[in-house]
Amino acid sequence: MKFKTFAAFVGPSVFLMFLFIAAPLVSVFVGSFQLTQPVLDQIEEETCTPGFLAQTCTTTMVTRPALDEYGHIVTTTEWVGWLNYQRVLNPEAAWAAISSFDWGALMQINFWSALRFTLMFTLVTLPLVIGVGLAIALAVNNAAKSIRGPVIFVSLLPFIITPVIGALSIRWLFIGDGILTTALEHWLNRDIAMFAQAWTIELMMLFFRVWHVAPFAFVIFYAGLQTVNQDTLESAIIDGANRWDRLRYVIVPHLMPLIIFIALIHLMDTYRVFEEIVGFTSQAHVISLQWLTYDFLQPDDAGNRAFGRASASAMLTMVGIVVLLIPLLRRTWRDHKGGSY
Amino acid sequence: MKLKTLLLAGALSAVASTAMADCAFENTVPLRSLTAGFEAWNAVTAAWQECGNIEPELNQEFRTVQPQAFAANPSLYQIGGVSNGTVTPLLNQGTIRPLDDLVEMYGQNLSPNQLIRINGQVMAVAMMVNTQHLMYRSDIFADLGLDVPTTWDEVLDAAAVIQDAGVVDYPLGATMASGWNLAEDFINMFLGYGGAFLNDDGTPNVNSEAGVNALTMMMAMTDYMDPEYLVSDSTYVQQQFQQGRIAMANLWASRGSAMDDEGESQVVGLVDAAAAPMAVAGAAPATTLWWDGIVIAANITDDEAAAAFRVAMEGLDSDMVEANNDAAIWLVEGYQPGRLAQGAIATASAQPAPPAYPSTSQMGLMHTALGNELPAFFTGSATAEEALAAVEAAYTTAAQEAGVLE
Repeated sequence: MKFKTFAAFVGPSVFLMFLFIAAPLVSVFVGSFQLTQPVLDQIEEETCTPGFLAQTCTTTMVTRPALDEYGHIVTTTEWVGWLNYQRVLNPEAAWAAISSFDWGALMQINFWSALRFTLMFTLVTLPLVIGVGLAIALAVNNAAKSIRGPVIFVSLLPFIITPVIGALSIRWLFIGDGILTTALEHWLNRDIAMFAQAWTIELMMLFFRVWHVAPFAFVIFYAGLQTVNQDTLESAIIDGANRWDRLRYVIVPHLMPLIIFIALIHLMDTYRVFEEIVGFTSQAHVISLQWLTYDFLQPDDAGNRAFGRASASAMLTMVGIVVLLIPLLRRTWRDHKGGSY
Repeated sequence: MKLKTLLLAGALSAVASTAMADCAFENTVPLRSLTAGFEAWNAVTAAWQECGNIEPELNQEFRTVQPQAFAANPSLYQIGGVSNGTVTPLLNQGTIRPLDDLVEMYGQNLSPNQLIRINGQVMAVAMMVNTQHLMYRSDIFADLGLDVPTTWDEVLDAAAVIQDAGVVDYPLGATMASGWNLAEDFINMFLGYGGAFLNDDGTPNVNSEAGVNALTMMMAMTDYMDPEYLVSDSTYVQQQFQQGRIAMANLWASRGSAMDDEGESQVVGLVDAAAAPMAVAGAAPATTLWWDGIVIAANITDDEAAAAFRVAMEGLDSDMVEANNDAAIWLVEGYQPGRLAQGAIATASAQPAPPAYPSTSQMGLMHTALGNELPAFFTGSATAEEALAAVEAAYTTAAQEAGVLE
C-alpha cells in the first residue's frame, strides 16, 4: 500500500484517538500534579429555615466562594508536586502498617484496600475465564453439528447483557429475601444473608464476572479450534496420545497466542472493575480502584469534588494496568520477533 | 382506524384543555424544571403542567446535574427543586436569584414560614418539611403491651421484647446503607448526643464522646436488624415495613404515606408514627430538619423568571395540596395532617427542637467522609475510635484540598 493511501485510511482513526484518548490522558496527567481551589470568604450569614409552624433563624459563619464580575467562582491553580498522590496513597500510614505487619490498618486506607480487591479479582478471574471459556469451546466443538447453533447462541447470552444489568439481576436474586437466598435457606435450613459479609459478596462478584466474560473467551477459542491441524491430531492418536495428551501437547500450544490475547484483554478490563461494586452496592465491604476514582469525582450535596485526587487515582490505575501487562507484552513481543524470520 | 386515532386525539386534547383550565393563567414562556423524583415532586410538577409550556424533569440524581446546569448562561432550567442540603452549591455559585420582588407580586398565598431567607433575602420557597420519625406497628405494640419508645434506649428495650415474641423477622429497620444514608443516620445520632462536628478552628471533632456514643448505640441497634443493613436504603426499609418484616424504624417522614398504599403494603392501617427518639432523655430528638422547595435561576431574563415563579406558585397552592394531602408534610395552606404525619410533626415541634441539617461546604465534605469511613466499624474491621479517627483524617484531607481548612 502506498503511504498516502495508508495515511488516508489511518488518519481519521489516529486523529480521533488523539482527541479522545491522548488529550484527556495528558490533561489528567497534568491535573494530577495540580490543585485547584476556589477563593473563599468567611462571612456571617443569617439563615431562616421552616419548622412545621414557625421558622427558626440562626446566624453562623459560613464560607462562600468569591465570584468574579461574570458570576463565575474565582479559583486558583497551583502546582503541588506529588501531594495528590500522597493523599491517595497515604504512604506514611501505609508504611507504618506494613512495618508493624498490621494488615487491618493497611486495609483501613482506601487505596490499599481497593488495590487488594482489584488485584485479587483480576488474578482469580483470569484463569477461571480462560479455563471455562476453553471448556465450553471444547464441548461445543465436540457436540453434534445439529445442536451447535443453539448451544453457541445460549453460551453467548451472558456476554450480550449489559454488565450493570447483569450485576443488578444477580443482586436481586440474592438480596434480602431474594428467590435464590430463600431457596438456599430452605435447602440448608439456616438463615443466610449474602450481603452481610465481604466474602459472600466477593464470591458473587467473581461468579458474575466469570459468567459474563467466559463467552468472550469461548468465541475466540472456538474460532481457534477450527484451525487446529487435523493431521497432527491424527498422528498424535496413532502415537497413542489420549484425549488429555492431545489437549496438552497439540491444542493448547496451538491456541497459546489466543490465550495470551484473551489474558491481555481480560487483565485490562478487569483491573478497571467498577460495575460489580455499583451493582452489588458493596462499598461497605469492598471497593475497587476504578470505584475510588469515581467516588473522588462524585460531588457531595455541597458540590465539592476532589479533582486532584481523582486524577492521581486514575493515573495510578493506569500505571497498575501497565505493570500487569508487561510480562505478557514482553512475551508477545518475543514471539512476534521470533516469528518474523 | 384513522377515525379512532382522531377521536382519541380529540379526547386527549379535551382532557388536556380542561386540565389547563385549573391553572389561573396560561403560560406562554417555554420553561423547564429540574427536581427530585419523589412523590411530592410528582404532585407539584403535575400541577405545573396544567399551566402549559413547561417541561418538568424529575431526576433522583438531580444533585449531580443541577449545579452545572444552573451555572450555564442562559441557565438550562428556570425552576429548580432543592432541599436545604442541595441548595448549597447553587448559593455558592450565585446561580439562583433573590425572590423578594416576585414574592411580593405573585406570592400572596405564601406564609412567612415558607420563605427561606438568607441575610434577609428570600432565596427559596419551601413547600414541605422532611425529617425522620419513628414508625411502628401499632398492632404489635398493642399485643405485647408495649409503650411507644421516646428514647433510643427504650427502642432497644422494645426491640428485645419483640425479638423474644418472634412476631416479625427483625424488630428494627434502619437506613444504614453505606455512604450517604449511613452518614445521615450517624449525623442524627451524633447531634442527638450533643456532638459538634467542627472545632472553632475548623478542625474535625467527631472522634469525641458523642461520636463513640453514637456509634455504640447504632451498633446496639444492629443486633435487632437484618444483617444486610449496610445495603438497606430508604426504599429497602420501606419495603421491609410494607411486607411486614420489621416492627419499628426511624424513617423519613416522606415515606410514611407508602404504608397505607394498598397496592404495595400488607400492613395498611397498622403502622403509626411518633416523634423521632431522643438519644439522651430530655434533649432534642436525634434527627435533623429538612425542607424541600423551589429556586429560580439567576441566569435567565426577568420575564422568564416572572413566568417561572408564577407557574411554581400554581404548583404550591391549596388545590394541589387538597388533591395530594398525604404525599408530604406540606407547608402550604390547606394541609390537613393525616395519621402518618403525626410523628414528623411531633418531631419538628418538639421542645427543644432538633436542628436543621447544617448545610455548608464543610458539612458536605464531612458527610462524604463519614459515609466512606464508618462502614469499617460496622463490618468489624475497626473500633469506634479507629473509624472516627479515619473520618477525621479523611475530612482533613478533603477540607485542605477544598481550601476550607489550612
